[in-house]
Amino acid sequence: MNSVLVESQDPDATWWSTQSWFGASARERVRGLLDAESFEEFIGPEQREMSPHLRLFDLPEQFDDGIIVGRGLLDNTPVLIAAQEGRFMGGAFGEVHAAKLTGLLRAASDIRSMPVLILFDTGGVRLQEANAGELAIAEIMRAVIEARLAGVPVVGLVGGRAGCYGGGSLIAGCCSAVAVSEQGRISVSGPEVIETNRGVEEFDSKDRALVWRTMGGKHRRLIGGAEMFADDTVPSFRDAARRLIKRVPPMNVATLVAEQHRLVKRIERFGACADAVDVWRSLGAAEPQAIPALAYQEFVALAHRLEEVSP
Amino acid sequence: MEHLKYRHAAQQRAPGSKRQALVGVVASGNLEVLVERVLPDGLCEVDIRTAAAGFSEIWRLVVADFVERRSPGGLKLSINDGGARPDMVSLRLAQAVRALEGEHL
Amino acid sequence: MTLDQILASLFPKGHEVVLDHGLLSGRGDLPGGTTLTVIGVDGRTAVGTDEAIRLSANVLDVVKRDSKDPILVLIDSNSQRMSKRDELLGLSEFLAHLAKCLIIADSVGSRTIGLLYGHTAAGAFIATALATRALVALPGADPVVMDLPSMSRVTKLPLEVLEEKAKSTPVFAPGLENMTQTGAVAAVLDPTISLAIQLEALLVKPVESADTRDRLGKERHGRPKAAEIAARVYGLARGS
Repeated sequence: MNSVLVESQDPDATWWSTQSWFGASARERVRGLLDAESFEEFIGPEQREMSPHLRLFDLPEQFDDGIIVGRGLLDNTPVLIAAQEGRFMGGAFGEVHAAKLTGLLRAASDIRSMPVLILFDTGGVRLQEANAGELAIAEIMRAVIEARLAGVPVVGLVGGRAGCYGGGSLIAGCCSAVAVSEQGRISVSGPEVIETNRGVEEFDSKDRALVWRTMGGKHRRLIGGAEMFADDTVPSFRDAARRLIKRVPPMNVATLVAEQHRLVKRIERFGACADAVDVWRSLGAAEPQAIPALAYQEFVALAHRLEEVSP
Repeated sequence: MEHLKYRHAAQQRAPGSKRQALVGVVASGNLEVLVERVLPDGLCEVDIRTAAAGFSEIWRLVVADFVERRSPGGLKLSINDGGARPDMVSLRLAQAVRALEGEHL
Repeated sequence: MTLDQILASLFPKGHEVVLDHGLLSGRGDLPGGTTLTVIGVDGRTAVGTDEAIRLSANVLDVVKRDSKDPILVLIDSNSQRMSKRDELLGLSEFLAHLAKCLIIADSVGSRTIGLLYGHTAAGAFIATALATRALVALPGADPVVMDLPSMSRVTKLPLEVLEEKAKSTPVFAPGLENMTQTGAVAAVLDPTISLAIQLEALLVKPVESADTRDRLGKERHGRPKAAEIAARVYGLARGS
């Protein structure tokens, strides 16, 4: 074995200023997002709190069960942070994994002064622990709402390999704000499951362009499922996080009444659209078919223009 | 799930100021290595958990080669294997030891 | 019990609950005098954007009235609607909004109780039954995260293998017993006694401000680690 050759082809070499968020590990994202040397992990890998359920399926465990939680500084502001590792079991919520996030959010409610960043990278509930995962999603949603009732911003960042699917998308829907990149996807049901249920004529899960038009970051930004669109870089997500933790939208009856109105209007405007291109045209985009190919800056400018035209 | 454990004498203490580090991810073809400075300087231990049974001889060789090249004295390296090939294992072991010397993890 | 039997047992003096396109809404008085607002899903209807928006509207009606009437969420649903249109419109936001409405309604004084009497699955389960303060069920209710044949396809494990593994743990397979053990379902009601009496007994219990489902899951040996891990992270976060 030629270890010198192997090291020079180190696939994990990192250059923070241009590092892709999509390609980064959860640990790299946390490190890149927070101020240098400021991160303190809660129940780190050396604690070896792994899943008690995976061995029944002869599946390998990960020391942190696929999620990192802790605290750190973002521009000197103390924040609580959770980051899912999308490459371990598809970033799916298992019992221990989910409980780490639940505990973090419950603490946030009582601390009150620290925003929470959730770096989503998940296919949803881990099937081998389905019941624990499903219930935990509900516990996390309640904990997010209670944190928001205490005035704590809970900001979701979506741009990883696994996307933000299933129960993860429901948690994202409870956040005070979400930033998504082009690579990010947010959806309750995955493409394959829609195809299985409705047939390939309605949804061809192998049609990547269709998947991204329907669930991808650009569409979510334009239709109002995400507040900000980030570039696929650590600095861009850091910038989004920095801005979104300053937003503290109220969480009360009036908020929900306004949200109800917003969603009713969305169905009225777009309920008859067959495809995202029709939605975008309806929003006022002159060349909706060109949107998937737009580079970051152009897309952000377009999104702002369309917002002014039809808020 | 197979548990393998290898203990070696090491020539010298592994350099670096950090007490522990983690590299890698438990994904298909990949592995994670948790390295902790918890042993006497002349000892090294590698603990492996892998779902792929029957490869203990290859693990033994990879570990022996790593110990000889790196002299990881004082280190316990714990592996969760996702079905990685030997060259990936060697890479991660080397990265783990380097991580103790290098930037914050 | 059929839906009509359930409603009759809850509201022996009559009720104004109506069923429209698979969704329930209306009110009824419990014998003790409490007015219950009812919302829900019947007939194994899938919960898509069109259903979720109507359910959340009904919850908000209660909250806007500021009556502090408890809300009963009756469930016999399918999973979320799995379609291109629903995802295009952002179904996740609609389901999250429904859950938020139930949680906020509870927080401003309209206690929410879920009564699972039929089926429910996945995203619909989370946004309805699991978004209530207390979830009870009737025997024969059938909550599911994913059915075993689908799980078999996705995990590539034979169905028989999954069924065998399901005998040794309540953590993944469908079923009311498993959901009770994990702490999702607080109690299974007795269909031979008045549901009104059982519901009134539930409403009289003091409200627990904390979410204790993880502790329940530990007591019942359904979730051995969740409560402890959450508590440890909580402690570490507060300590630092």
